[in-house]
Amino acid sequence: MNPKVSMKLNGEAVSAEVDSRMLLVELIRETFSKTGTHVGCDTSQCGACVVHVNGRSVKSCTMLAVQADGADVQTIEGVASNGELHPMQAAFREYHGLQCGFCTPGMIMSALDLVKHNPNPDDKEIREWLEGNLCRCTGYQNIVLAVKAGAEAMQSVTGQGEARDD
Amino acid sequence: MIKNGIGADVRRKEDRRFITGAGKYVDDINRPNQLYGYIVRSPLAHARISSIGISAAEQIPGVVAVLTGADMAADGVGGVPCGWGVNNKDGSPMAEPPHPPLATDVVRYVGDQVAIVLAESRSIAKDAGELLEVDYEELPVVAGLEAASADDAPLVYDEVPGNICFDWEIGDKAATDKAFEEAASVASLDLVNNRLVANAMEPRSAIGEYDGGKDEHTLYTTSQNPHVIRLLMGAFVMGLPEHKLRVVAPDVGGGFGSKIFHYAEEAIVTWAAKRVNRPVKWTADRSESFISDAHGRDHISRAEMAMDENGIFLGLRVSTRANLGAYLSTFAPSVPTYLYATLLAGNYKTPAIYTEVKGMFTNTVPVDAYRGAGRPEASYLLERLVDRAAKVAGLDPVEIRRRNFIKPEDFPYATPVALEYDTGDYDATLDKALELSDYNNFESRKAESAKRGKLRGLGIATYIEACGIAPSNVAGALGARAGLYEAGTVRVNPTGSVTVLTGSHSHGQGHETTFAQLVTEMLGVDFDAVEIVHGDTAKVPFGMGTYGSRSAAVGGVALVNALEKIRTKAKKIAAHLLEASDEDIDFQDGQLVVAGTDKAVPFGDVAMAAYVPHNYPLDTLEPGLEETAFYDPKNFTFPAGCYVCEVEIDTDTGKVDVVAFTAADDFGRIINPMIVEGQVHGGLVQGIGQALYENCVYDDSGQLISGSLMDYCLPKADNVPDFSVTTNVTPCTHNVLGVKGCGEAGAIGAPPAVINAVVDALSAYNVEDVPMPATPQRVWQAMQATK
Repeated sequence: MNPKVSMKLNGEAVSAEVDSRMLLVELIRETFSKTGTHVGCDTSQCGACVVHVNGRSVKSCTMLAVQADGADVQTIEGVASNGELHPMQAAFREYHGLQCGFCTPGMIMSALDLVKHNPNPDDKEIREWLEGNLCRCTGYQNIVLAVKAGAEAMQSVTGQGEARDD
Repeated sequence: MIKNGIGADVRRKEDRRFITGAGKYVDDINRPNQLYGYIVRSPLAHARISSIGISAAEQIPGVVAVLTGADMAADGVGGVPCGWGVNNKDGSPMAEPPHPPLATDVVRYVGDQVAIVLAESRSIAKDAGELLEVDYEELPVVAGLEAASADDAPLVYDEVPGNICFDWEIGDKAATDKAFEEAASVASLDLVNNRLVANAMEPRSAIGEYDGGKDEHTLYTTSQNPHVIRLLMGAFVMGLPEHKLRVVAPDVGGGFGSKIFHYAEEAIVTWAAKRVNRPVKWTADRSESFISDAHGRDHISRAEMAMDENGIFLGLRVSTRANLGAYLSTFAPSVPTYLYATLLAGNYKTPAIYTEVKGMFTNTVPVDAYRGAGRPEASYLLERLVDRAAKVAGLDPVEIRRRNFIKPEDFPYATPVALEYDTGDYDATLDKALELSDYNNFESRKAESAKRGKLRGLGIATYIEACGIAPSNVAGALGARAGLYEAGTVRVNPTGSVTVLTGSHSHGQGHETTFAQLVTEMLGVDFDAVEIVHGDTAKVPFGMGTYGSRSAAVGGVALVNALEKIRTKAKKIAAHLLEASDEDIDFQDGQLVVAGTDKAVPFGDVAMAAYVPHNYPLDTLEPGLEETAFYDPKNFTFPAGCYVCEVEIDTDTGKVDVVAFTAADDFGRIINPMIVEGQVHGGLVQGIGQALYENCVYDDSGQLISGSLMDYCLPKADNVPDFSVTTNVTPCTHNVLGVKGCGEAGAIGAPPAVINAVVDALSAYNVEDVPMPATPQRVWQAMQATK
């Protein structure tokens, strides 16, 4: 019998019977049709599949779906609220931190976890944190700018309740 | 400047869907009743297929079919075509062996397609694929250029002696040889241009679908040029007319050339979908991408420069062997010939140039265009040789370049290798690069590095590229088997919004923004009221796609020409509405005005009148407001630039860090500086990747050693510096936009700048060359060898 996985996905309770070898990313993309989380490699290098599991960034290609049973999972689709971009999303647009967009969801999810650990990261800290997220388009410079600006904007949101507007 | 028009740093229209996870890439698409295809590939580099046993695989529950090359041949499916033919020195055509989408009798590289398993799920298809019983009779392997050129080398094709696909030449051999006889000095280098894998972050994917009721095929594919795929696959492989085949390339996650080509998998899923009458989806794993996406570069060259006593270049002689892999990919023959050797004049007035190129078959993945395609190979060879020439002539690397530059007054300048450069100012671009890089204070930075035990080096490289391919008649004369124009349609909707249908394809370049800026500039329509549609042959009438930095220079100009037609017609409509002469009508702030009066009509009213022609000059003008233009350029465009790289080398480990990098580029007129700068950054990191990190390696048996992202080193965020980027603009003289193209520049100019810097840093060790990628091991070894 196939195991059943129940989880919160972007705040919504979902469950499904899964093949026991199914990866979390397959559950998210194929069973729950949240295709914003991408698969760019098969060796856990690229980071296009980064989601948050119980508030921590995880490469969802490196976790079995069954391991996420009972977890609170957030994907890129759950980052904006009520149609309003999250300050980190807005910063990626403002600073041209994306081109083809394929690595972007993973980059943003990874950056959000960075800010949790380090609310004011400098360039070096951002570049080191993003070691596990590959981008082939941007050359990273504008991603670093975006993450820095996004982190600052998140501070001002918590501090003054005001999001950066592009 | 018009708000959101040409020259504005407009934020991108396409970003919202990408940053919210709402992009739609091929693998995000699922069709009703879809099957999953798993392609069984050859584990051997060269072997004869004795038998394929499919019964074990077929018995797995959920498997619908297992199809092989024999099935495909029985259905009359043709081979994968090559889109460019070149001739040998004696005028005979290149060798062009057949390329079946699924191998029928012989496999020729690790990754060659052998069969496809169709199943209800991805994992069932994979499981069944493991059970396919293929008996191979191993054949001898040539896994690289040296092996392929050996005297007694095994043959990839029995009918292709010496594994030589073509033995091609360009330039005046006698004049070049004479220059060497008269030279005061000669600089020479043996160079390898390392083999690379494009590694767009989105792996390739394709979905075939067949509608039996209408006898229509649809192919969703990760392509830079859906119309080209329709043409190649429809006409040459499947025997399908255009009106029965729709090709959709939706959001595509990067291409860098690797998604130009018509791949076997596209034909396989299209064919299989009809055969089983269900949609068939195939998506590559990254490891599968490594052994199935066309690779790039892979040259071995000997280069010599003849100089007079003042370091003035007299002649350049180059002999290159280029690895084509096991089959001819779509544009493979053009890359090491017309896209390479024609660029060997570089920015210099070398009067005599002769180049010969042997294109060779090997038992490796097919090699084709990768970002820059031939031009990075030319730039690397020439700029490494020029640095070597500076040493031989006893000149500073800046000075030898200045002495040999083509000067502004020389344009238009005809090179000895078939091109005519329209415009440029190489001294001014060099000046900008030197100034921005604080070149004059390098010695103090070098001393500071030395205090920290680091060797600091500075490298300069210039580059030129031929972009905006091409005038079709010229390309045709050189062997292109297609036209290379572009098409654009502007549809003004009745309420005044604008839909643009472009044959260019955006897979990261930001056309939805840049092209909308052109519409805003020329029609005054609000930026948000413009939509750019691309990537679907059912929506876009025609197109040749995006590669060779051609989108703005060819696709953009086609769009501008269509917009010009719209302006002309809109003026006539406005003239009627305002009771004026159309010659007196001007576009102004979204209105059409009678010059010198306060009479005006909003553009939206003109659009409405065109579709509700109650008050309209029906006797002289058709209703509607939609125009199409095809644009075939008069010449290539010639972006050029100068890059300055500074590296630090750790003497204990040989590790190279790029600590400063300055780029000064001449892209002609710039439509969106933010986007252009982003293109430069990305290109530079790919160029630095080639110079320091990336290398595609086969062992002697033809197994790909660097077949995953654990083994093939893509640059990461902490491997690369921030860049200083500037431009020096000389507008292109032969297109109305004055644009030249920017997508490939960084990947072309960066590798020689980095290696020139590495060699400079090692000057105390008398190191003449360090091969790419200059890994710590190679640099350390170079230091030991000359100690």
